[in-house]
Order: sequence, then C-alpha cells, then structure tokens
Amino acid sequence: MKYVIIGNSAAAVGCVEGIRSVDRTGTVTVISDEPYPVYSRPLISYLLCGKTDEEHMKYRPDDFYRKNGVKVLLGRKAVGVDPRRKTVSLETGEQVPFDRLLFATGSHPFVPPMEGLESVEKKFSFMKLDDAKALGAALSEKTRVLIVGAGLIGLKCAEGIRGRVQSIAVVDLADRILPSILDAEGSAIVRRHLEKQGIRFALGDSVARFTGRTALLKSGGKIPFDVLVVAVGVRPNTRLAAGAGCRVGRGIAIDGRSATSVPDLYAAGDCCECRDITTGTDRILAVLPNAYLQGETAGVNMAGGEKTFDKAIPMNSIGFFGLHIITAGSYEGEAWVRKTESTYKKLVTKDNLLKGYILIGDVARAGIYTSLIREKTPLDTIDYELVREKPQLMAFAADRRAAMLGGKANVSD
Amino acid sequence: MKRVYVNEKWCLGCHLCEYNCAFANSGETDMAGALKDVKIHPRIRVEGDNHISFAVSCRHCDDPICVKSCIAGALSVRNGVVHRDRDKCVGCYTCILVCPYGAVMPAPDGKAIQKCELCTDNAFGEPACVKGCPNGAIVFEER
Repeated sequence: MKYVIIGNSAAAVGCVEGIRSVDRTGTVTVISDEPYPVYSRPLISYLLCGKTDEEHMKYRPDDFYRKNGVKVLLGRKAVGVDPRRKTVSLETGEQVPFDRLLFATGSHPFVPPMEGLESVEKKFSFMKLDDAKALGAALSEKTRVLIVGAGLIGLKCAEGIRGRVQSIAVVDLADRILPSILDAEGSAIVRRHLEKQGIRFALGDSVARFTGRTALLKSGGKIPFDVLVVAVGVRPNTRLAAGAGCRVGRGIAIDGRSATSVPDLYAAGDCCECRDITTGTDRILAVLPNAYLQGETAGVNMAGGEKTFDKAIPMNSIGFFGLHIITAGSYEGEAWVRKTESTYKKLVTKDNLLKGYILIGDVARAGIYTSLIREKTPLDTIDYELVREKPQLMAFAADRRAAMLGGKANVSD
Repeated sequence: MKRVYVNEKWCLGCHLCEYNCAFANSGETDMAGALKDVKIHPRIRVEGDNHISFAVSCRHCDDPICVKSCIAGALSVRNGVVHRDRDKCVGCYTCILVCPYGAVMPAPDGKAIQKCELCTDNAFGEPACVKGCPNGAIVFEER
C-alpha cells in the first residue's frame, strides 16, 4: 500500500502514527512545501519571546520519519492530485503515485484588500516559522508595530513581541477582542489585562488607507507604525482537494472517518470543515488537537482499520502575560456566570447538556467540563450544581467514579 | 502495565498521599526539610466531602488525549507512562483543557505543566503516594 500525505504538521503526524498503528510495511510519503521537519506552528509566538527555540519547537523527535519509515519530501510543492490515475504532481514536474492520500494542507493567512497596502514596506503574516523569523528580524526596541486583527493569532503575536518593541497597536473591525472564543464580558477582562501590558486597541475600527508608515483609520484616527502584521484570519487550503473533485464547503468536507467525498482521498486539520457536536453544524475547527485526531483517524482508516472521530468541538487554551483562558463548545443556551476580582467563569447549558464554557484566570481541571461536553453527559446523571462550582469527579455517581479511577483507564470510559 | 488505582471505600481523606508526592518530587532527602512551611504542589489531589474521599492522579490512559492534543509535542508515552518534557512544554495548558480527570496541573512556576509520572521521573522510583498510604486506599498494580 502506498500512502501519500500532503502537508507536514499535526494532522500529517497524526496520520503517520495512525497508519503505523495498523500497517508497518506500506510506504508513506510526506510532501511539504516548507523546508523544515515537523515543528509546532502554535509555538512561533513563544519563539519570538524566547520561551522556546527551534530545537524545542520540534513536534516530534529527529528520528520520527526514520522510525516510522516515512519518505519526506521537504521544500516540494504539490500542485495537483489526479484521483483516477492516483498520482500527485509536484511543481518540479515529478509524479508521486499513491493508493490512498491525505490532504493535510492547512490554511493560509487571509489578507483582505486594503487601500495602500502596497505602500507598506515591512508587512508580515504570522502563521509559519518563516513568518516568525522574518518578523523577528524586522524588530528593534524602537519599532512601532501595528497589528490588524485582535484574534488568537494577532494577540499571540502581540504577546510574543511585546518585550522586543517600543509599542504595539491592534486594530479590529469587531467591537471586542478574541470574538471567536470570548463573550463581551470575558473579552473586556482580557483586553484590560493586555492594556496593562501597554498594548493599545482600536476596536470597532479598521484601516481606511495605508500611506507608507501611517495607517489612517475609518474613525479618522491615525496610527504611525514601522512594522505591520496582518492577522485578520485564515482560509483553508482547499484548492488541491477541489481540483481532485472533493466536495468543498468553507473547508474540505469530511465525515467522521476523515474521508472526503472521493474514494481513497482523506483530509484532516485546518483545511477541513467537520461537524461541531455542540451545534450540529459543519464548521472549520482549526485547533491542533482536532487536527491530530482527524489525522490519526484518517491514517487508521487509510490503512484498513476502523476509526471514527465524531467528538469534534471548538476548544482553546491560551494565555497572555500570565492570564490563562480556557474555552470550549458553543455559547447558545442558558448561561451561568460567576465572577471574582481576578476570575471569570461562564457555563452554558441546553437540553440537559453542558454546551460550552469560558474560564479566565482559574482554569484548574477544565478538562472535566470539556469531557462533559464531548461525551454529552446528561446533566441529570451527575451533581451538576457541585461540578458547576468547581470541576470535580465527586459530581459523578459512585459507580461511574469507580470505573474512572479503579478500572482500566481510557478516555472513553 | 501497573497503574495507580484508588478505592474510595478505604480512603480516610488524610492527604498523606499529597505530602508524599510533593516530597518525592521535591528532590530533597529529608521530608520535614522539603515540606516544612512550604505550600505543596502535589500531582495527586484528594477530593471529596465529609463522607467520601478519594485521590486523583494521572490515569496513564491507553489512548491519552493529552498526548494527542499537546501543541508542543511535549507529552509522550514512555513504557506506558505519560511523560512530560519540561523543556519543550510552554505552559499553554491545552492538556488541562482536555484531560477528563482533571489530573494535569500547572507546575508551581506556571511556566509548564506537571503531572504524575508514577515516580519514574524522580529518585523515588515507585509511586510514593501508594507506599505512604496508611490504609491501602491507593494501590499500584496491574488490572
């Protein structure tokens, strides 16, 4: 059996490990347009602030490819997939044959049309290692940075470079920061924390025009800057899959087996859309755990095994300057909120299920909540009032707890 | 493989396991010296109420979702033990987000996480919580 994986990040690694859990002998080829062995993309902000280095960013040990019998083609770009002839065409003209293929093509930064953008000399995206290296090289303690986008990427970038630059301003069209994971109240708490670190925000605003090193805002304000980071959002890389005839919505459509609509073609990670079990809708859930789990699921199925991943939910754990935030699920339903001076907690329930939560400041044992969402635990089978106060196993019935702590350990217990 | 299991029928809620854990992972050789006037950060935690108590530590799952979710590749399985690479961990807490047992916690300095590694990562060599449990409520065995 010949397996080909296009892409070389978490979904690809999950796929390799999934294939090898079933098939030790088939040939696996990984094709990546980046020159690096697999590294952790979400760590690029930690690289810039010196909390990690390139050596420690390695997502798997140096012998990963050798040990798993993977032929890895680095710095090579796949430009087409022919599902009938079962070949991948590379930019170099080479053809790579496959029996089963995984699209682990990730996403790319979305740069909206902005007037005068071409007049900005130093502008960067913030997704890949090379983006971080290029940005890092452009910074000095005199640099004034403008970040367009107050989402996860833009704000992690801000944290990563704060200690290295003179000032950081963040502009976003939304009226609050981190709108994809926080409600208005939680967002305001995190914004105040970031402002204490000297980060300035222009929210509900946008850049009307760039002229060299000045951004003129729609509101009429002006922000002078030296370096621009565009972190408005990302778009899934779906072109190859669409060209191969796969059904593509916002991302490549996959089922619970990570299979696309075309036989023998699979997809996993940020290039996909999949079912969010908290809303029942198909969404892009671009977070690393989902990428790995979808990739692993694809790998097992590609190798002839049986695996289903049907517990995907949006979830994030992120920290800024020591303030930790953990969120999961969706926020439509009945909300329960508890605040202290330094913490914020919101749990959302609907139809006897926990649907989502936001924890800021105190994130201890958050996974107990996440598990209630993923496993769709009926809340009337546990002591919900107890677990609401504090995540704890005490809230489960004694026999359930005995199985969890005394039986054979497994997440699906 | 052998794992740590608890039987809440026998747990007295004395919290000795927490102190033995903190001592085993302190790197000190004298328990009083290691723990006196120190806020402890054990990797096993007793929970419960006045009637029921039990200790919770890493289950070393066969299918560990923390390992699969780690954004840094800092968690791995070594001979069945879910192991943390302290130098690779950046303290993002994604493992805390996903662990259904609530058995992963921030390290005291907040720069990384910590979790039970069955005392394979300290000089103790075998689970100190088990050895020190006065009522046999925590055991280390194959099931």
